[in-house]
Amino acid sequence: MTVRPDTFRSPERVEDAALLTGRAQFVDDLPEPGNCLHLAILRAGEAHAKITLDIAAAQALPGVVAVLTGADVAALTKPLMVGVRLPMECWPIAQDRVRYVGEPVALVVARSRYIAEDALALIDVVYEKLPAVVAPRDALADETVLHESVGSNLVSDRSYRYGDPEAAFEEATHRVEISVSYPRNAVTPIECYGLIAAYDPFEEAYDVTANFQGPFSIHSVISRALKVPGNRLRLRTPPSSGGSYGVKQGIFPYIVLASVAARVAGAPVKWVEDRLEHLTASVSATNRETTLAAAVDAEGRVTALDWDQLEDVGAYIRAPEPATLYRMHGNMCGAYDIQNLSIRNRVVVTNKTPTGLVRGFGGPQVYFALERLMRKIAVTLGLDPLEVIERNLIPAEAFPYRTASGALYDSGDYQKALEIGRTDARLAELLERRDVARAEGRLYGIGYAVAVEPSVSNMGYVSTVLTKEERAKSGPKNGAQATATVALDPLGSVSVHVASAPQGQGHRTVLAGVVGKVLGLPAEAVQVRTDLDTGKDAWSIASGNYSSRFAAAVAGTGKLAATRMRDRLAAIAAPMLGVSAEEVQFEGGMVTAEGAKPIPFARLAATSHWAPGTVPEGAEQALRETVYWTPPQLEAPDEADRVNSSLCHGFIFDFCGVEIDRLTGALRIDRYVTVHDCGRILHQGMVDGQIRGGYANAIGAALYEEYAYDAGGAFLTGTFADYLVPTATEVPAPEIHHLETPSPFTPLGAKGVGEGNCMSTPACLANAASDALGAEILTLPMTPARLRAHFAGEEPAAPEGVKPAAAPGGRGLTGSGEVEIAAPRQTVWDTLLDPETLERIVPGCHGVKKVTDTHFRADVTLGVGPVKGRYTVDVKLTDLVEPQSATLSGGARGALGSGEGSGRVVLEETPEGGTRMRYDYEAQVGGKVAAVGGRMLDGAAKVVIGQFFRALAAQTGGGTAKSGLLDRLMFWRRS
Amino acid sequence: MTTLSKDDTTLIRLTLNGREVQGRASPRLLLSDFLRHELGATGTHVGCEHGVCGACTVRVDGVMARSCLMLAMQAEGAQVDTVEGLAPQPDRLSVLQAAFRRHHALQCGFCTAGILMSLDTLLRDEPDADRTRIEEVVGGHLCRCTGYAPIIDAALDAAAELRGGDHV
Ligand code: FES
Ligand code: FES
Repeated sequence: MTVRPDTFRSPERVEDAALLTGRAQFVDDLPEPGNCLHLAILRAGEAHAKITLDIAAAQALPGVVAVLTGADVAALTKPLMVGVRLPMECWPIAQDRVRYVGEPVALVVARSRYIAEDALALIDVVYEKLPAVVAPRDALADETVLHESVGSNLVSDRSYRYGDPEAAFEEATHRVEISVSYPRNAVTPIECYGLIAAYDPFEEAYDVTANFQGPFSIHSVISRALKVPGNRLRLRTPPSSGGSYGVKQGIFPYIVLASVAARVAGAPVKWVEDRLEHLTASVSATNRETTLAAAVDAEGRVTALDWDQLEDVGAYIRAPEPATLYRMHGNMCGAYDIQNLSIRNRVVVTNKTPTGLVRGFGGPQVYFALERLMRKIAVTLGLDPLEVIERNLIPAEAFPYRTASGALYDSGDYQKALEIGRTDARLAELLERRDVARAEGRLYGIGYAVAVEPSVSNMGYVSTVLTKEERAKSGPKNGAQATATVALDPLGSVSVHVASAPQGQGHRTVLAGVVGKVLGLPAEAVQVRTDLDTGKDAWSIASGNYSSRFAAAVAGTGKLAATRMRDRLAAIAAPMLGVSAEEVQFEGGMVTAEGAKPIPFARLAATSHWAPGTVPEGAEQALRETVYWTPPQLEAPDEADRVNSSLCHGFIFDFCGVEIDRLTGALRIDRYVTVHDCGRILHQGMVDGQIRGGYANAIGAALYEEYAYDAGGAFLTGTFADYLVPTATEVPAPEIHHLETPSPFTPLGAKGVGEGNCMSTPACLANAASDALGAEILTLPMTPARLRAHFAGEEPAAPEGVKPAAAPGGRGLTGSGEVEIAAPRQTVWDTLLDPETLERIVPGCHGVKKVTDTHFRADVTLGVGPVKGRYTVDVKLTDLVEPQSATLSGGARGALGSGEGSGRVVLEETPEGGTRMRYDYEAQVGGKVAAVGGRMLDGAAKVVIGQFFRALAAQTGGGTAKSGLLDRLMFWRRS
Repeated sequence: MTTLSKDDTTLIRLTLNGREVQGRASPRLLLSDFLRHELGATGTHVGCEHGVCGACTVRVDGVMARSCLMLAMQAEGAQVDTVEGLAPQPDRLSVLQAAFRRHHALQCGFCTAGILMSLDTLLRDEPDADRTRIEEVVGGHLCRCTGYAPIIDAALDAAAELRGGDHV
């Protein structure tokens, strides 16, 4: 391998020793202030409802310091700003109406987290249910409107047109169209959100340490919400953060909530999110319904694309949304040379968690549609899919290349990447493997995908959603300020600070190398800090760790700052060495020039501290250099809505072979190849680490992960046993190949590489599955059940007597059964209607009240899997035919969830003088119980019902259930 | 039978990484919270508190255990080993830790403590563990950063070195 000037291979990371020995400081490891209190958040169990709260019991619990409702928060804050002009109030906590499961409804501050959570259970929330809007297409119907002030669930509808798409479609030989759905998911980090917030009432200033990841444009959103100037919100990040992948941008509403809680409680407040909270309500990628059509000529050349994207941002359009929809705006033709383009972008709100940054951010949604379409074109025209891709690629000599919608692709050689795939990565071998597998009757397929990976976002791209008139009114937004500071201390050693807020990407290691190289020092001599303090450090709105901006922007800015420092030092050294500044060399810890006696770097570097008077006239003191760098290419959207949405454009060519199990429908990745061009590689190990990580995340999105909701908006995947993150046994190592076409726009020639596989891999795997099955794959994740449906036909009917399980995706409970009780029918009937006996026989019952003759209210403790809680159960009896039958209907309500259902009970006399009781029931369950106990609900229901009948049998048979008594009662049950 | 109230605390004594330590715990305090917040051993991490992610894995009396699924009281008198005890000296990494660093088997490092504890136990109990066995054990952990391949490579490399062979 040749050694390039600005790069070095894969030195060990300076970050690792602390992480490996347990010494690293994550947010929950930081020392707490002595008077620190703890926050817990009560969250909505219903997707859409008006709420009333009773907090008295929670306030009275010893150890509780404050309980805040939506009104208390609203009194001290303003709604969160949103990116589109809408009369929508976006609060971080519900104001008398909840719009998604998991939405905060009350805050408890207490001496400990355990006490705070105890208090949550004492808050009584009464939900007055409203119909929930779950599917984005249903949202368009506006039968139920989430935000009455807006008047519609459609919160943005914009159309764009570039070139002459109508003419291109007119002239085209073929029109090929595909409609796909991209699901909800997120690269959920293993460390959840965490923060410590404090308020100084005299300075009227907030001080928050949070594992926030940026962009720090959000700092302005938080300051505005808290009604303080920017300099009264000191936002800091901990030294270590346990992964983010975009997701920790979404902590910001909680920064607002905890800040207010600290202010009201009069002491610092700590909050660490738990996993259920995180999966339910942190942040999700947008789910999107896309119809994409291509105008195609006879050779398979695409002359125009027509996009119709329907984006679901959840219950509120929370900053920076609708950015997911616009991040790719310049890249809507992907890697293809297509100059005619039309786009319709619609954004709807639904009763789901608000969306935000997730690795890939908009890319997975776009490439799933685009790359699936390219395969469909090939199939339609009877061409080889790779051939169709190749015919449409942007030619290598076209760079820098301006796309139809305004992106300026900096560099690339896409054909070369395909070549590497064919040769180095042995594509032909894989094709043979497929032939062999198919000859054996196996379901084997090959998929391809190409993707342009944008990085270093233009901070102005979101404003493309506004009309040009609206943009003119709000003023232009553009650029992407990166910053780096290089400082010399009195002993002449070098410190670096950047505002990149990493979560394990090794920024410290890379920067030490980059800065050391410029100053002629070994990387170990340079100390780098990456934790950010907005009260003291250099930062700007683009600061943070997102849009894969580190290598391209931040590391490059580090080089610029180091170079400026070196130039100052050279000017000071020149007279000492008796040469001109240009002739001064920095090497091996020495400062030299031809024919002169070298000066140790540290001595020269200390000059401005100890003897500033000796700095020659015209030269500047060399103490500290802060550089801000923004690329000029990142201009604001133009009059024609063209926007260079990102600075750099890497390239990925993926192909893979997959096999689908004929019996189970499970997809196995046989071989996965990914060819990357991310410009100059700064650290091979870290680049490959980014690729492998993104690829593993994408396998999750493609095959396993989905934030699932039922038709009523109940959230169903609140544990890692329901939300399936792939493990080592599901992630075969990808084969990685590189080529390097340096970016002419970045100081180091590097481009971002962090998100590409999240964009390309789901599409590539779906294309392979399509190839294996000869079927269209139109949605993700490709679960075994979904894939199997393509080749195994309908599920066979359930055997006699077995009720089929509830529809997939729902948490509906159904069951039926019968029991025989050795007691006369009238006795059984009377027992069922007597509150006192019911109290004794209902499992977990603390008391039954007879509200009316046909309405009972019970207080019951029920456990479902890990969640045990107390519920108020209301049962109403109708269709009473004494002593034969009754219909029961009602609901249960508790801190852990709610349910509604109905059942029918029929009593028959048996020849032996006993009673046979038949029953069936149907119930819907929501809240925490549905999110974490869903898998266990059926079983739990059966256990409880079994207990009930056993107790009933014992009761009516006379006396309590002693051992042996059951036998005497000839008890049996079947369900 | 003694009835414990959630508000009562008891003195818990245990051996943490070879040293006797003690702290107070209420009956419902998780071992993970006790280690982190009572004893200040914050190297053990918490990622799910329902036993799936593996970040909280420690060794209790020589056996891998998820400290989020144990109560502090259950560890009374036990030998508890955590990531803080793996390095042979304060400024030296263990063979396994060093292999992790060499192979870039960690990025954010949040999942790492748990994985190290599992692998350290595995390589001690089954020095001949092969790739499949290692994948199986690492398969009990969630990592979002690395895509697992470098973790498996690091473990294989460490296993070889511990057996006295060369790095693979
Ligand atoms: S925190 Fe214990 S397994 Fe996840
Ligand atoms: S290294 Fe970040 S989760 Fe494993």
